[in-house]
Amino acid sequence: MQFDQLLQYLLSGLSTGAIYALIGIGFSIIYNATGIINFAQGEFVMLGGMLTLLFLETCKLPLWAAIPCAISVATASGILFERLAIRPLRQPTPINLVIITIGGSILIRGLSMLLWGKDTHAIPPFSGEEPIAVGGATILPQHLWILGITLLIIAANKFFFYYTVSGKAMRACAYNRRAAGLVGIDVRRMVLFSFIISSAMGSVAGIIVAPLTMTAYDVGVMLGLKGFCAAIIGGMSSGGATVVGGLVLGVLESLGAGLISSGYKDAIAFIILLLILFIRPQGLFGKAQSERV
Amino acid sequence: MNRDLIKFLAFATLILATPQVLSGSYLMNVLLFVGIHTMLAIGLNLLLGYAGQISLGHAGFFGLGAYLSGILTATYGWNPWLAMPLAASVVGGLAFLIGFPILKLKGHYLAMATLGMGIIMYIIFNETIGLTGGPSGLSGIPAISIGSLAFDSDQKNFYLIWSFTLGMTLLTLNLTNSRIGRALRAVHDSEVAAQVLGINARLLKVQIFALSAVISSIAGTLYAHTMTFISPTSFGFNFSVELLTMVVIGGLGSIYGSFLGAALLTLLPEFLRGAQDYDIIIYGALLMVMVKYMPGGLVRGVPDLFRKLLKKRGARHA
Repeated sequence: MQFDQLLQYLLSGLSTGAIYALIGIGFSIIYNATGIINFAQGEFVMLGGMLTLLFLETCKLPLWAAIPCAISVATASGILFERLAIRPLRQPTPINLVIITIGGSILIRGLSMLLWGKDTHAIPPFSGEEPIAVGGATILPQHLWILGITLLIIAANKFFFYYTVSGKAMRACAYNRRAAGLVGIDVRRMVLFSFIISSAMGSVAGIIVAPLTMTAYDVGVMLGLKGFCAAIIGGMSSGGATVVGGLVLGVLESLGAGLISSGYKDAIAFIILLLILFIRPQGLFGKAQSERV
Repeated sequence: MNRDLIKFLAFATLILATPQVLSGSYLMNVLLFVGIHTMLAIGLNLLLGYAGQISLGHAGFFGLGAYLSGILTATYGWNPWLAMPLAASVVGGLAFLIGFPILKLKGHYLAMATLGMGIIMYIIFNETIGLTGGPSGLSGIPAISIGSLAFDSDQKNFYLIWSFTLGMTLLTLNLTNSRIGRALRAVHDSEVAAQVLGINARLLKVQIFALSAVISSIAGTLYAHTMTFISPTSFGFNFSVELLTMVVIGGLGSIYGSFLGAALLTLLPEFLRGAQDYDIIIYGALLMVMVKYMPGGLVRGVPDLFRKLLKKRGARHA
């Protein structure tokens, strides 16, 4: 195995990993605020890419304008989803929540198929396609965009959760919803916030990855599941651990595809997912928690 | 039990009489799938409705059963009657082994883990091209036969499939009315309380997981030999969701509900011929509407609705 090639796998793995990390944090934010695993998370990723395309091609907006439009519409659909599917649920048992978020995800995917058809589409890269040499490997400018934007979002996230009142209130909800309610935090609003943040983050992930991998109505399933895998590796933390989880997953996948077989690439994420769930359900870095009855 | 037996006999007579009415119509072919789907829905319902454990990977067990007996008969020339129990025991054994670590998980985590398991199996069906034919599928699977009687027409297959489905129905009705059924419902309501009462909840969950996998595998075998051709697309995540929809629509914890859900979801696309790709949207909407407005499924929701309506009318008259 040559060093150059290894470096190449590592670099492309890191940029896919960054995407998984963003999606994973979206999962964690909702999970921490509500205890729900949102099976529709991947659909917001898909909506990000597809809506950008819509604003680019149908509305003829330039890229810099299409992206914020796409993020806003995807976020609005996140709000709608919370309002229509999650909030009015009469018996919010875990199974009902799983079923209703799966139902929602199928619905969003189906409607997108109606709207955009089954073809895969490409979004132009943000700044050219001239490869950049790094050591013996090459990366595309889009890879740098992905890494940069992910870094920025993670930093903003950190700032929000630790230095703003709303962010602190959301963390309080994550620790103990009842106690948070008792000290005057509007828990339902925090739940809505968590859906807003995670659908916005998901759509950004979908937008920045679309120039590399193309986009279609059904890309959300796999991306969503891998994002979840990243979150599980990170122990459902909405910070550094999930980022590391995403990057580890991205690199392992890219190495696996390069060294073993590209056909089994997708299986790697799920094998890791199962192993972590079986052996260390608290995540790779978490401390074991006693089970509450 | 007597009333249950009469109910079952009425159900079985109704089912077995349908070919007299529909003989020769293309609906016969659809009814084969209603039978297979009913069997699958009953299997999943045992797990989800009775034991309260979700699985989003049952399409994988269904596929494994189909591929195992497909490969054994088409490639290695086995008799389907030998392949079926072998496939079922392999799938059941596998489910039993996976069951221990996977059923330690609860709720959302269990859903994700079973989903991952299903997708891994789907990837294996696609990638082991030498065995399964990969994405282009496995063809030349022989029809099942008894002596010189080959089940090669829709009419004959109808009786074959439905005798399995009805047998399975009787078996599960019995099971759910037994001590095991009551233990399952106890585990469903509170695992801790069940354990305090001396039920080995962990083992019971794993056993029921394995049983529902065996049922799925047998359904898979029947599917493979009826279709004589299988490909991975029939065993993906979408099909797991379709099964889940059947169980939820029919009613969690109701065997006849599973039949109702399976029949409805299998017949629905036939009436929506023009809108073929869009049935998935309808599944999504149905899932959301059902969970929201009729969490007990059609079997419980519709009678409730009638009762409410009658009450309203009664109140008006009074």
